[in-house]
Amino acid sequence: MTGATSPEPAGRRESPAGPDQPDGQRRRRAGHGGEQLTVPPADFASYYGRPILKPPVWKHDIAGYLFTGGLAAGSSLIGAGAQLTGRPGLRAVGRWAALGGVAASTYLLVHDLGRPDRFHHMLRVAKLTSPMSIGTWILTAFGPMAGVAAVAELAPLLPRHGPLGLARRVAPTVGNVAGLAAAATAPALATYTGVLLADTAVPAWHDAYPSLPFVFAGSALAAASGVGLIAAPAAQTAPLRKLALAAATIELVGGRRLERLGLTGEPYGHGRSGRLVMAGRALLAVGTATALLSRRSRILSAISGAALVASSVATRFGVFEAGRVSARDPKYTVVPQRERLAQKNEPATRP
Amino acid sequence: MPHVNSLYGPLDPAPDAGYVDPPPRMGFFTDTSVCIGCKACEVACKEWNDVPTSGLDLLGMSYDNTGALTANSWRHVAFVEQPRSAGWATPAFEHEPDGPPISPETAAVGARTGTDTGTDPGLPPGSPAAAARMSGGPEFLGMPGAQPPGRGTGVEQRTDFRWLMMSDVCKHCTHAACLDVCPTGSLFRTEFGTVVVQEDICNGCGYCISACPYGVIDQRKDDGRAWKCTLCYDRLGVGMTPACAKACPTESIQYGALDDLRERAAARVATLHEQGVPDARLYGHDPNDGVGGDGAFFLLLDEPEVYGLPPDPIVTTRDLPAMWKRAGLAALAMAAATALAFLGRQP
Repeated sequence: MTGATSPEPAGRRESPAGPDQPDGQRRRRAGHGGEQLTVPPADFASYYGRPILKPPVWKHDIAGYLFTGGLAAGSSLIGAGAQLTGRPGLRAVGRWAALGGVAASTYLLVHDLGRPDRFHHMLRVAKLTSPMSIGTWILTAFGPMAGVAAVAELAPLLPRHGPLGLARRVAPTVGNVAGLAAAATAPALATYTGVLLADTAVPAWHDAYPSLPFVFAGSALAAASGVGLIAAPAAQTAPLRKLALAAATIELVGGRRLERLGLTGEPYGHGRSGRLVMAGRALLAVGTATALLSRRSRILSAISGAALVASSVATRFGVFEAGRVSARDPKYTVVPQRERLAQKNEPATRP
Repeated sequence: MPHVNSLYGPLDPAPDAGYVDPPPRMGFFTDTSVCIGCKACEVACKEWNDVPTSGLDLLGMSYDNTGALTANSWRHVAFVEQPRSAGWATPAFEHEPDGPPISPETAAVGARTGTDTGTDPGLPPGSPAAAARMSGGPEFLGMPGAQPPGRGTGVEQRTDFRWLMMSDVCKHCTHAACLDVCPTGSLFRTEFGTVVVQEDICNGCGYCISACPYGVIDQRKDDGRAWKCTLCYDRLGVGMTPACAKACPTESIQYGALDDLRERAAARVATLHEQGVPDARLYGHDPNDGVGGDGAFFLLLDEPEVYGLPPDPIVTTRDLPAMWKRAGLAALAMAAATALAFLGRQP
């Protein structure tokens, strides 16, 4: 066999090819590790090599939103945790990061639309079969609550007397209620995006549906822990070290199946998308280890925080890119479907 | 109460969408065995529906210069040349020289060509490796070639060949992923069981484009909205035949009640098998397939992927309940992780 270089000469063909087995070509990827061997050779027919699916038209706005939305959700949870355990510095960081994240998310989502001026058409309906509709309503619930919680942090800037003084006294309570309400919707905000990507015909996304919500949940907590480690007072960040460890566990355990999906998992381990996903994991490991070691060191905390944030960015863009790659090459559409058909027709012998 | 097969399985879509006593489900049966590749359907569709021009480019891969269904091409005539007998007794080129296929290298170059259809993603370049494989295999002789097939190689090298032509269109699935995932309600099910975009609602979110298992729906660049075949909803409403079917000179595109079309198609396949065309098979006719059967189905003379169709499409929302379950578990894990991190003994 002549390896993976292509195109290959037309004359080299051992088996008489039937319509189901369009040519006798075998392609072995230069992979290593046990899983790679199960990747089937890419024997398939196509229409002039053209993609069958339309690759996603979502721009990098959406990959960016996966990050900012996750950051907002994770930060909101941290803000609520800090609020309930009496860590005001960490609480403020969590609330502001949540507001910043959700504001950026809203901008990115609207900017990505083909008709941004019609963004409000999302609010015409609530559809259980559309993860984007569900997500819109989750954001609609989360955003204002996160906003109120963050703005309530400004209360100490208000004068002590007069009508604004009343606001100053009420603000902490309002902020606490809003912060808890935002945190209640935060896990949904962080994980629905896994369904958003999976509920498509894009092979690498759809087939990864059991993993994506866990990868995104872990990535969201990692990013938020990272921001907290950078910005919050060192004396209050102890929970974040444990949270980073939990985030890494959720993301790595949940995501370990990504490359084992068979052919459709290939983009998670190969090419530019694969490098991004791998970089995300490496940064997550480094960031978590550094966080556990950092203790009271501001510099080490900041380094670990930066690694965790970078890990989340890399993971989101990697997963996003993997989907686009898998939709562009007809191989990822045809070969798995052919295998499925072959399994369905197992008893019938094929020529 | 939604039907148990609302997401997957055989279903009559119009009543499921809430229509009381709707007209019979209408659709297309496209019989590719009589398609002559004239592209009258493409033109008629553009004329009637006022679809913008899709560019005037030569793709350099075959006599097909439309390339794919896009927001600006709601019918697309695929063209494939194969070194194979057309299935009838007389070889097509008995007294003409014939010869070797074009090189895989040339096919690979052809796959890299794209054209600005004015849509997104429109017609992106394909996979050169896959195109090379196609040209090396028995599917492809490489049109347009510089010479008539096989000049210079003589009679001994001659192979028979055939042309496959197929007018592709939106499948109007029983379980339409585009409609399921549309977050604005712009895509809707008509009383005829077809799937139509309301252009005054669509905000160009692009979800339908990633959801379609056939790669049909596409976004128009200059206006940002998603567009596809409406099965001429405006004509259906007044009892007229859709423009493409009306224009088809060979009745390759047949329009009618889906039940009638399925019977007609089964009879046509039987006839072709009798006449010695064993490759004839239906595609998208089966209500038990992954999308619950297509409203627009086809008679093909080769495997679906040869025409650029997915061999076994499954509506993505079949797995939606399982997806939400996984997301719910992940959300619980996230909340639990936060609780543990803050409540546990602090070092």
